[in-house]
Amino acid sequence: MDLLLLAQEHAPAAVPKDGFLTQYMWLVPLLPVLSFFVILFFGKRMKSRGHWFGIGALSIGLAMSLYAFIELAAGNAAVEKSWTWFSIGDSINVEFGMHYDFLAGVMFVVVTLVSLLVHIYSTGYMHDDKRYTIFFAFLSLFTGSMLFMVIANNLLELFIGWELVGVCSYFLIGHYWEEKENSSAAIKAFITNRVGDMAFLIGIFVLFFAGHSFNIEELNHAVHEGHLGGTILTVGALLLFGGVISKSAQFPLYVWLPDAMAGPTPVSALIHAATMVVAGVYLVARMFLLFEGAGAALDVVAIVASITMLLAAILALVQDDIKRVLAYSTISQLAYMVAALGVGAYTAGVFHLFTHAMFKALLFLGAGSLIHAVHSNNMSDMGGLRRFMPHTFRTFVIGSLGLAGIFPLAGFFSKDEIIGGALRSASDLGSASAWVVLISATLTAFLTALYVTRMLIKTFWGEYRGHGSPHESPGSMVTPLWILAGATLTVGFLGFPVIGPFADWITVPGHEHHGFETLYNIVLPIGATVVALLAIALGIRLFSEGRKGFDLVASPFGWIYRFIENKYYLDDFYLKGIVKPIQYPIARASYWTNQKILDGVVNGAGAGAVALSHPVYDVIDQQVVDFAVNGAAGITGFSGGLLKYIQSGNVQRYAAVLFAAIAAFVAVFVLA
Amino acid sequence: MPVHYFLVLSALLFSIGVYGVLARQNAVLVLLSIELMLNAVNINLVAFSAYLGEGALSGQVFALFVIAVAAAEVGVGLAIVILIYRNRQTVDVDEMSLMKW
Repeated sequence: MDLLLLAQEHAPAAVPKDGFLTQYMWLVPLLPVLSFFVILFFGKRMKSRGHWFGIGALSIGLAMSLYAFIELAAGNAAVEKSWTWFSIGDSINVEFGMHYDFLAGVMFVVVTLVSLLVHIYSTGYMHDDKRYTIFFAFLSLFTGSMLFMVIANNLLELFIGWELVGVCSYFLIGHYWEEKENSSAAIKAFITNRVGDMAFLIGIFVLFFAGHSFNIEELNHAVHEGHLGGTILTVGALLLFGGVISKSAQFPLYVWLPDAMAGPTPVSALIHAATMVVAGVYLVARMFLLFEGAGAALDVVAIVASITMLLAAILALVQDDIKRVLAYSTISQLAYMVAALGVGAYTAGVFHLFTHAMFKALLFLGAGSLIHAVHSNNMSDMGGLRRFMPHTFRTFVIGSLGLAGIFPLAGFFSKDEIIGGALRSASDLGSASAWVVLISATLTAFLTALYVTRMLIKTFWGEYRGHGSPHESPGSMVTPLWILAGATLTVGFLGFPVIGPFADWITVPGHEHHGFETLYNIVLPIGATVVALLAIALGIRLFSEGRKGFDLVASPFGWIYRFIENKYYLDDFYLKGIVKPIQYPIARASYWTNQKILDGVVNGAGAGAVALSHPVYDVIDQQVVDFAVNGAAGITGFSGGLLKYIQSGNVQRYAAVLFAAIAAFVAVFVLA
Repeated sequence: MPVHYFLVLSALLFSIGVYGVLARQNAVLVLLSIELMLNAVNINLVAFSAYLGEGALSGQVFALFVIAVAAAEVGVGLAIVILIYRNRQTVDVDEMSLMKW
């Protein structure tokens, strides 16, 4: 294979060697894709209905990812490999390649771990599903697409993975397509994403024409070294961020994510923790130098994220569907990550992505376990479940506290780093957008603890309000919960101030000194914990059994409550304000175009082809082609008729001809 | 003795063989004639080997190979003749002209 190994441009003087496995990490996305095809074609004939292939592929993938990560941590170089995919002229050279560094390594571990646990969990959760096999096939493809996107070394390749992720999410969200609502949710997710993807695609080409490359590292370095800049870079970065807004569910395109809850719960866990929505955050992190150099673009990122985190956290407070609470929570936490990147707290943003994947996967799988037990998504049908489901209860509380940011759980460390990063940016650089982030991140931390408390009280305390008798879920579902709970309890320490290694792993040129050790400040974690504990105390007062929760505030401020409950009328605005007015004129115009222009072209082409074909048939086919074919056959037959008389069947006559020929040759060679 | 004595003998033997192959009607005799031709070749090989002197033994070794191959060929040929006789009660080669148009 013609692999071109590019030298690490940012390597220190002593160039570190490539690790053994890091060079072969492109195999990891291939494994789930392979498993997709195997499950698709052979899964139905298997006794296990195919899930072992997915679990096997991801177990190998996780083992490889962990080993490669250790190699990187041991000081091996990041790997950039590529070969030419196609060239247009001399200037446009499109590559196909991989880029595997710490950022990709963290993503690989997160994606393979969460996906593996989701696979195992699904064997229990989806056990009686009639499309079990196809579900596992797409679960594998979903994971493979995400890994492909993560390892891509150029924007076109990344875009392919980006779109594949979108398609897989469409199939999985619409898994229960028999109900109109679910297939509509899948279409909504797909189309909302398309809006942002269009911007993303245009952004890729803008950056290509500005920077003459699709290669991510080259673009980053071009910006970092000042070869690329100005308005065109700002425009390109903002267009890329358009893709992030839709994929990572930021304001105003987050509306698809709550509806995506129509899919099976394991899919929700996968979408929220590992394979879909973090793609946008990953893109910003991957192209951080470019965004940073794009001036106003990073401020826009920070402001959009600030708006999103507050709006979504408020929405999470009024939902009854437990999955929707978690969905809005995800939107809010994604905004946290994006905001962290927006204020330049690169390490903190990626760290929050990492920790959030653990506790959000845990919360979704726990919610799935609850739904499995009570056969309803609504918290009004739950209550008192801590007595029936001890394992789910304990793990869910761990996940919730991790989300609320209570010491020593994962969310505590990453959330404080983000608030600390915003504080440093606001005070040191005097950035206005960092102040906005700081204020809304603190408010969101309060709201997060509040809705988490509400969720816990409504599901696990009080009296059981549903039907039937709930029961603990099977071992295949509980085991992943405990593994993720263990991760939630421990991974935070990777980012422990000063001694945590995460800040050494995830750095970006120009921000090396912004690791965890310098920005840490003892006041900050104490303050954040106080905020979270206050929120929990308020939540317990507001939502405990017998209390009326928001009804108290709902009477004088009823309009606010209705405004929130209707999701700020954003969906209505899209439907009535944008889709409907555009839909009919567009439909009419496209119908007219179809009837008059397209049909005219098609019919004209058809009629023209018929008219043309008669002379073609009469002259070319009948006269020329047939003459040639018949002539060839006739000549062959005629010559065969003549030559057949030589074939007498008499051996001695053949021998006589043979000897005569030899004699003639001898005569020629001897006499001549 | 000069080498051309042997060459003339060989040529005569070969010509007799050719005549036999072309003119004889009995398949067994056709096979015999083929043996004559092969032996004519053997005489040539041995004659040239002797002519070239003490060290040149490859002609004689070659003759031995030809004899071995000829024995094998006759074995196959006679087996064919016997089978044809069993099927058709004749070994006349003029009668064996089925492989024609």
